[in-house]
Amino acid sequence: MQWEIVIGLEVHVQLATQTKIFSGASTAFGAEPNTQACAIDLGLPGTLPVFNSEALRKAVQFGLAIEAEIGKRSVFDRKNYFYPDLPKGYQVTQMDFPIVGQGQLEITLEDGSSKVIGVTRAHLEEDAGKSLHEDFEGMSGIDLNRAGTPLLEIVSEPDIRNAKEAVAYLKKIHAIITYLGISDGNMAEGSMRCDVNISVRPKGQAEFGTRCEIKNVNSFKFVEKAIHCEVQRQIDIIEDGGKIVQETRLYDPDKDETRSMRSKEVANDYRYFPEPDLLPVEIDDAYVQAIREQLPELPDAKIERFISQYQLSKYDATQLAASRLLADYFEQVVSACGQAKLAANWVLVELLGQLNRSSTELSDNPISAEQLGQLIQRIQDGTISGRQAKQVFEAMYQGEGSPDAIIEAKGLKQVSDTGALEAMIDEIMSKNPAQVADYRGGKDKLFGFFVGQVMKASKGQANPAVVNDLLKAKLQG
Amino acid sequence: MSLAPEQVKHIAMLARIGADEQELQAYSQSLSSILDLVDQLQAVDTNGIEPLANPLDATQRLRADQVSEPNQREQLQSVAPATAKGLFLVPKVIE
Amino acid sequence: MLNKTLTEQSQALAKGEVSSLELTQAYIQRINQLEPQVNAFISQTPEQALAQAKAADERRAKGDAHALTGIPLAHKDIFCTQGVRTSCGSKMLDNFIAPYNATVIERFNAVGAVSLGKTNLDEFAMGSSTESSFYGPTRNPWQLDRVPGGSSGGAAAAIAANFAAGATGTDTGGSIRQPAAFCGISGIKPTYGRVSRWGMIAYGSSLDQGGPMAKSCSDLALMLEVMASFDAKDSTSVDQPVPAYSQGLTQSIKGLRIGLPKEYFGEGLDPRIADQVQAAVKTLETQGAIIKEISLPLTHLAIPAYYIIAPAEASTNLSRYDGVKFGHRCDNPKDLQDLYLRTRQQGFGTEVKRRILIGTYALSAGYYDAYYRKAQQLRRMIKNDFAAALQEVDVIAGPATPNLPWTLGAKSQDPVAMYLEDLYTIAVNLAGLPGMSVPCGFVDGLPVGLQLIGNYFQEQQLLTLGHQYQLQSDWHLQQPELSTSGGN
Repeated sequence: MQWEIVIGLEVHVQLATQTKIFSGASTAFGAEPNTQACAIDLGLPGTLPVFNSEALRKAVQFGLAIEAEIGKRSVFDRKNYFYPDLPKGYQVTQMDFPIVGQGQLEITLEDGSSKVIGVTRAHLEEDAGKSLHEDFEGMSGIDLNRAGTPLLEIVSEPDIRNAKEAVAYLKKIHAIITYLGISDGNMAEGSMRCDVNISVRPKGQAEFGTRCEIKNVNSFKFVEKAIHCEVQRQIDIIEDGGKIVQETRLYDPDKDETRSMRSKEVANDYRYFPEPDLLPVEIDDAYVQAIREQLPELPDAKIERFISQYQLSKYDATQLAASRLLADYFEQVVSACGQAKLAANWVLVELLGQLNRSSTELSDNPISAEQLGQLIQRIQDGTISGRQAKQVFEAMYQGEGSPDAIIEAKGLKQVSDTGALEAMIDEIMSKNPAQVADYRGGKDKLFGFFVGQVMKASKGQANPAVVNDLLKAKLQG
Repeated sequence: MSLAPEQVKHIAMLARIGADEQELQAYSQSLSSILDLVDQLQAVDTNGIEPLANPLDATQRLRADQVSEPNQREQLQSVAPATAKGLFLVPKVIE
Repeated sequence: MLNKTLTEQSQALAKGEVSSLELTQAYIQRINQLEPQVNAFISQTPEQALAQAKAADERRAKGDAHALTGIPLAHKDIFCTQGVRTSCGSKMLDNFIAPYNATVIERFNAVGAVSLGKTNLDEFAMGSSTESSFYGPTRNPWQLDRVPGGSSGGAAAAIAANFAAGATGTDTGGSIRQPAAFCGISGIKPTYGRVSRWGMIAYGSSLDQGGPMAKSCSDLALMLEVMASFDAKDSTSVDQPVPAYSQGLTQSIKGLRIGLPKEYFGEGLDPRIADQVQAAVKTLETQGAIIKEISLPLTHLAIPAYYIIAPAEASTNLSRYDGVKFGHRCDNPKDLQDLYLRTRQQGFGTEVKRRILIGTYALSAGYYDAYYRKAQQLRRMIKNDFAAALQEVDVIAGPATPNLPWTLGAKSQDPVAMYLEDLYTIAVNLAGLPGMSVPCGFVDGLPVGLQLIGNYFQEQQLLTLGHQYQLQSDWHLQQPELSTSGGN
């Protein structure tokens, strides 16, 4: 049987505000437990929430970036359930009237094709705290620093059909939120988390299959892997004549499997109702317009510009525009060397490859854009060959200095001086009279032999183009 | 409308209120009589009436995004039932 | 001095006829003698009171006194007080010491008022008799076998017993007005949003409103000037200037239109109460007010709507009491569920649990539309009802309660019977309007209250009307006889 996979994503983005969504406590990451959980965050009796203006502004920015309807009147609701990391016994969220309504975004796939994924809505809510499971005499410890951090939950339509699309969608969201600067997008620190809803159905069937929700997947790679193993699990069950049970599951990256979450076994009745301690949020056209006018260049526009301004392929442009940091870096390299295509190549292949191999974030990249630009210039002006450039790049990455300094130190300059090369060629020809005679007799293939001898004599530093020209002239006699 | 002890048990579970059989029985009676009282509403035609959540129909004020709450852990945890290393302690959480 | 009104005490302090320390000491002594009969307080803070009194006298000596500087007050134990237990009448918070002050407390501290202690209330303000308190019932100083009303019963009884000239209360469905009526004192529930809810432990967030309780309307005016404020910490607080209420009391009430809703004088009302209320209305008429009969046709639906909305909000407001961050926690919980179930089973009393259960039910899947949504629709209709009436008249007048204070325990087994006692007060909270009760007579030695309801933010009109009435009557100056020998 042919199966079709149906995926919908709920992405939780922590908004990069200074303070919590409803309190004046700091949101800085990594503080000592409970030092950033104030009386409001703890839900102490008599405390009340007041809404953070910056959380609203950031949510509206996102809405405008995906061309969504902006909720002119949005309403906070209480979602009621008991859990130790939820101090008030309810989470303040938005149910019927979210701040961001229907929108969409376009993803680009590896083959260069693109697809539009619908965004159902995005709403504001407060984050929960964390349970720490290490043993405190048989107890768990609760850290509520994260409780009350503003989240934007972005809910997609079930438009995604495979893991690659899911990852492309997530990367696009990541690009948008980092371009806007509304979140640091740091998945390792939980600034962007993803719940994946997955079902399968026989190809051609109209109605959806029963779905499972995989909670809190926190990297692009894990999203891809989690989808693969959950899809396989569901197909196996159905093909064995079983039925999918709608449930919440966790992805275990160590075992590469998903498992049912015991804590969510009891069907919840969240008893949503409008939060009486907060009032409806009303915004006017002028407010929205002011934000619209201050939006930065967004990924789609940047991709278009990279294609037209630098004659890049759509795929390269998309890759470069995937993060604002990367795109800015690329443009700095271009301005340093004036070679857009070479710059794109070096950034996407050499630099990203090297960062990837050493598991380094772009933000910790040891090579400045100016230096990379200089390196490209040295290739362009013939100082070094492409092969040598890779050697220089390695050294730059290890922090050995600027390209020129490394070229100098390693003696990597190409020999393009015709006098020195002619002397070298003359000597080689006089040492190999038989080969010269054979070549002149029609054995063209021997040309490579002479090139090899020159490169050997020059210890690889001869400029191949110059060597070619000189050899041809001399061998013809 | 009456609520059977079984239904009360379910509601009590949602509300995380422990109750023995005797208590469930008592709640079942008193809650049923309260429901009889509130069920008078069902006779009223409320079609097209916008629900009123805030008596003044007011709208939300916004707060500037400035840190105003310094670390108060020691003071706040002085009223906590069980803490260790700055954490609130609870029976093991199983996910 | 202890039988004087707060206004009179304020004048005496200003003239130097008495010091705050003397006044405070006298109150402490009286409370020591008579409190065992009344049980108006959950916590007394004599040492703090004496220190505040001394500071107040010093402040006055420096010429920096406010009208309430050095006035001893009592605060309902629902307002958080830093360093002093805030129990809300519940075992759940028996060990809770708030790390902050309620805005209302801050404001009284700022003018140098003295706090004698925290007054008793129905657990989490859920009740009409102050019998559901974990700390035992408060008794009505007029007849000690009677309830003082509730939930602010401790505050009302404290004033009636001359334990304090003024006290703070809160009113979610009548919790200031009904005990004021039962104890023969004055009390006003301001417009929703007029007094900050920050630090006031929530029962029904969209209904709760703090307000003053005292002997006279002039006292209420002085207290409300301090209590009312815009507070950025409360999203539902309203940013409107606070009038100098005490300066406006002498305005004439000539031509003021007063409406008597026929529904407030129908079946269920004790005819003896009706007589007292009508007599009071007559007095107002002779003072120049124009009396009209009006109709509030949805009156009978206010109780059903309220007993969905208030418990629904309460059911989630009280979810935070889970034994994790503060308050009661059961012994040796074997797992998380056990922690929740037993902590909440033990920490809450029967009435609180009942309301949590009703509220949970009303919000649960499949019932939300039929109950909660419907009740909120009714709420708008009730608000519209009042709006229409307040087009015709300036103030609505009627009884504060349908019956006299009942004997302790008489309604404890029948929650619905207790709920029906709030017939005339509850709709005001649903609409968010200001409402006031002033003493207007006695029946069988028990006080009767006249309720006055005004338009949004028209507290001044109510206070002025009440004050003008109190210039023509002395019901508010009557004192119960409490003897140190105890009993009655």
